[in-house]
Amino acid sequence: MALATEQFILNLGPVHPSTHGVFRMRVTLDGEIIQDVDPIFGYLHRGVEKLFEQRTYKQNIPLSDRLDYVSAINNNWPYVMAVEQLAGIQVPQRAEYLRVIMGELQRIASHLLAVGSVMNDMGVFFTAFMYMFREREKIIDLLEMVTGQRLLYNYMRFGGVSQDIPTEFLPALTKFLKTMPGYLDEYDRMLAGNEILLARTKGIGVLKPQSAVNSSTSGPVLRGSGIKWDIRKAAPYSVYDRFEFDIPTGENGDCYDRYRVRMEEMRQSLRIIKQAMEQMPAGKEKTPTPLRLRPPAGETYAQIESPRGMLGCYLVSDGTEKPYRCHFRAPAFINLTVLRELLIGQKLADAIIIFGSIDLSMGEVDR
Amino acid sequence: MINAWSISPDWPGNFWWHLLILTVLLIAFLMTCVIMFIWLERRIIARFQARLGPNRAGPFGLLQSIADVIKILTKEDIIPTLADKVIFWIAPAIAFAPILMILAVIPLMDGLQLIDINVGVMYIAAVSAVTAIGVFMSGMASNNKYSLIGAMREIAQLISYEIPMVLALAGIVLATGSMSLSSVVSTQNIPFALMQPLGFVIFLVAILAEINRTPFDLVEADSELTAGFNTEYSGMKFAVLYLVEYSEAVIGSILITTFFLGGWRGPFLPGIVWFIGKVFISFFFILWIRSTFPRLRIDQSMKLAWKTLLPLALINLFIVGLKTVFLPDLSQWVSVPVYIIITVILIFSWARFMRPGRQVVGT
Repeated sequence: MALATEQFILNLGPVHPSTHGVFRMRVTLDGEIIQDVDPIFGYLHRGVEKLFEQRTYKQNIPLSDRLDYVSAINNNWPYVMAVEQLAGIQVPQRAEYLRVIMGELQRIASHLLAVGSVMNDMGVFFTAFMYMFREREKIIDLLEMVTGQRLLYNYMRFGGVSQDIPTEFLPALTKFLKTMPGYLDEYDRMLAGNEILLARTKGIGVLKPQSAVNSSTSGPVLRGSGIKWDIRKAAPYSVYDRFEFDIPTGENGDCYDRYRVRMEEMRQSLRIIKQAMEQMPAGKEKTPTPLRLRPPAGETYAQIESPRGMLGCYLVSDGTEKPYRCHFRAPAFINLTVLRELLIGQKLADAIIIFGSIDLSMGEVDR
Repeated sequence: MINAWSISPDWPGNFWWHLLILTVLLIAFLMTCVIMFIWLERRIIARFQARLGPNRAGPFGLLQSIADVIKILTKEDIIPTLADKVIFWIAPAIAFAPILMILAVIPLMDGLQLIDINVGVMYIAAVSAVTAIGVFMSGMASNNKYSLIGAMREIAQLISYEIPMVLALAGIVLATGSMSLSSVVSTQNIPFALMQPLGFVIFLVAILAEINRTPFDLVEADSELTAGFNTEYSGMKFAVLYLVEYSEAVIGSILITTFFLGGWRGPFLPGIVWFIGKVFISFFFILWIRSTFPRLRIDQSMKLAWKTLLPLALINLFIVGLKTVFLPDLSQWVSVPVYIIITVILIFSWARFMRPGRQVVGT
């Protein structure tokens, strides 16, 4: 006898512990199996791109911090680069190296948060999360030493960075570089061999390389599917062509591979920081720019590899002191487009992990 | 017996005084345990997580639980408009009553037992399943989809794990020759954890699922279901559900202690000290698991119950039966190591061939 069944519509979010911000998934369930997903976003929409048009170029720098609050420094970067391209401002060598060091530190901090919160979604009652936070705290201390802030740093300026590093920064960074690989190994021992973790992540949320490319995903989501694409190598910006590092890739494109890619990227970031520290020349940290900057009319596009993928800034100037249009290509937003494909056919519990493994920051998605 | 500390079974005098005083004592014992264990859990898990835990209220934060209880009792008691009000009201009580009922048959020390019924083991297996009905009612009545999913998971999981748990207990009954809990304890010259290691492991896993602890906390699953069955509860009723959760953990530790760790037995010290010490060790083990393991998915959890625990529990029953019938006089110096080796081999081979639910990649 076949029992009459009916579909079960569940609203995951917008206020839900695992949606990392305010994101809503309207999930159609058959028992525990997901049949359809309707991602609904816009709950964090602040009109950032319109706000960019209301303020002068310089006033917009702290606003770009607020796009992706988890990796603020990486969000300054494409905007500052775009303005420099438009106005033809030269960046001193030392400033480029400082940008790289701070950007890579921020990348590690962001990946730690991403991996830790996925573990938390998986139900490891905050343990992995707290361990990751212990190290993230050290990074934030380092960033605070330089910028004076702990979350939104407002660090970059046109033609350089806001301030040079203090004398105690380099010894502290050296100590951090020495201890961090051990902690990463500790996480691997704690997590990568755990049978339940493997059962929960292997083969879950498989993103085929073809559809990863078709949806123009980027960052760890793309590299987890086995495609070697990283702006730092593919179109080197700043001084990234002077460093030696690898692009880690996954094999199957499942949640476990995305986790591995993030872990490996942290190691590569440490490598980059180490080389940048050794190569960093002395000199000025900023070329002076006029207070009321008026770039010549024109348009430009600058892109960097943020922790979530390809972060681009498209900037149009009409010659006034305010941008005519400023659009951000937010990697999290574009990575989100594969969500529906990944979720259909999976279990409800997997949905949370898959969502977490894409590593969204809603501030960036909704803008 | 090993122990000089024992009291007469009808202490402190006649039957009615015994009933009254012990009932009060047991409830006080459970409540104290719960408050202490909540504090312990928060402190110990904090240590596992490289942080400090509550340390402001009272010495070492000991008064934190009391402060929390006062806070929670002064909260507004909200009942959702569309909830099934009667069921919503009585569900916490129904979930809590069986826990007290289980405590009635547990020997806390030699003679300190409310009532020693001769079907104690069966009584525990039967009564412990009633808690699930309370939890299911609370989930179903609150008219919330998360709660409903939690409630469905609770029933599915409880039915599945009840079977290996009862089969593991059957091994004990077989070895004891009685269902009375006082004789289960007095038979354990060597704890059953050593005599029946396979049954011990199965019981540990099954009890974790019974009390909804990690890695089987699918019912609450706060990262998926935003607390599952108790999402809609607040105020006093939430406090009772919280109490249920922790008393279940206490009862789980007490059952592990009584059935497999030798209950109150131990040299030198009074039985109650040994009992509480062993309960604490069991509880610590539960916390250890909680702070280390991720949660299983519901299908993986079911698979573990039916494809791993059930066959292993049957094998355990078979081996114990063989030993009891054919080799009753076998020296413990032979039987304990042999059975431990058999257990290790069985568990490893099952782990090799029956992984809890890894999917094949790339299909």
